[in-house]
Amino acid sequence: MINQVFPEVVLTFEIMGMEVIVTDTVVTTWGIMMVLALLSFFITKNLSVSNPSKRQLLAERVVIAIRDTLQTSVRIMPWALVPFIGTIWIFVGVMNLVSLIPYFHNPTRDLSTTAALAVITFFSIHYYGIRFGGLRNYLKRYIEPSVFLLPFNLFGEFSRIFAMAIRLFGNMLSWELIIAILIALAGLLVPVPLILLSIVGDLLHAYLFGLLTYIFIIGGLQAEHIESSQENKHG
Amino acid sequence: MDSMTIIIAVSIITAGLTISIGGYGPSRGEADALTKAIETIGRQPESANEITRLLFVGMAMVESVAIYSLVIALIILFANPLLSYVVK
Repeated sequence: MINQVFPEVVLTFEIMGMEVIVTDTVVTTWGIMMVLALLSFFITKNLSVSNPSKRQLLAERVVIAIRDTLQTSVRIMPWALVPFIGTIWIFVGVMNLVSLIPYFHNPTRDLSTTAALAVITFFSIHYYGIRFGGLRNYLKRYIEPSVFLLPFNLFGEFSRIFAMAIRLFGNMLSWELIIAILIALAGLLVPVPLILLSIVGDLLHAYLFGLLTYIFIIGGLQAEHIESSQENKHG
Repeated sequence: MDSMTIIIAVSIITAGLTISIGGYGPSRGEADALTKAIETIGRQPESANEITRLLFVGMAMVESVAIYSLVIALIILFANPLLSYVVK
């Protein structure tokens, strides 16, 4: 009963002598990706400025809500980061909520999924740091407040990412474990309040993952860097 | 008493100690944060929304420390790496 919580192997096949193991997290993640991509494609199919349809108003409302959430956290115009952080929020949120459907499990209860998301975060920090602040500002971040702290800064850079991956993984796994243990001990209807409570935790940790990515990206930059890099669009 | 029994017994005791000690500190800290947040909302009710958001985010980050000890306890219980030395 408890062992159903951990990822199970769906199929194995061999490519050029290497054994490839496909767990159920891979299948679920690809399903979610396809559903979200098709949904986005059909919602944004024929947009117009003069007479927007109801679908377009819904999509605009979602984008504006993401923009406002980012703006209340850090008081700058975050248009350049809205696509990236919004994608993380929607994707991770749907991945955390999939376990509400029977016979489905969260992909994020597997350490591989959260490690992949954390790798995306890690590279995005350096990419946006160089793109917005320039190479000199980016390198100056590592020798503050003095040169002797360089190894500590490098270590902190990696430990933040490990902490993010293990945080999401551990929280999702612990919710599923609690529910599985209660089903094994008590029966059918007892875990329902905890499942309701787990919705709060799932959404909170999806929000936290995106927000921490945003804060890490913003961390080494000044506001004028970001505002000057997007004067060419949106105003 | 063969070696596998010793490993399993020590693993169970260690897992219990891990989750109890690792859960004590974060719960204490979260209680402090909650106390301060309630006091601040009592003083300034107009900033309740912002304080609640910050409280939830901070609590989730503090709670992750307890989650780390839970992960270590689960590794010890369900995926013990030392058992592979004994069980061939």
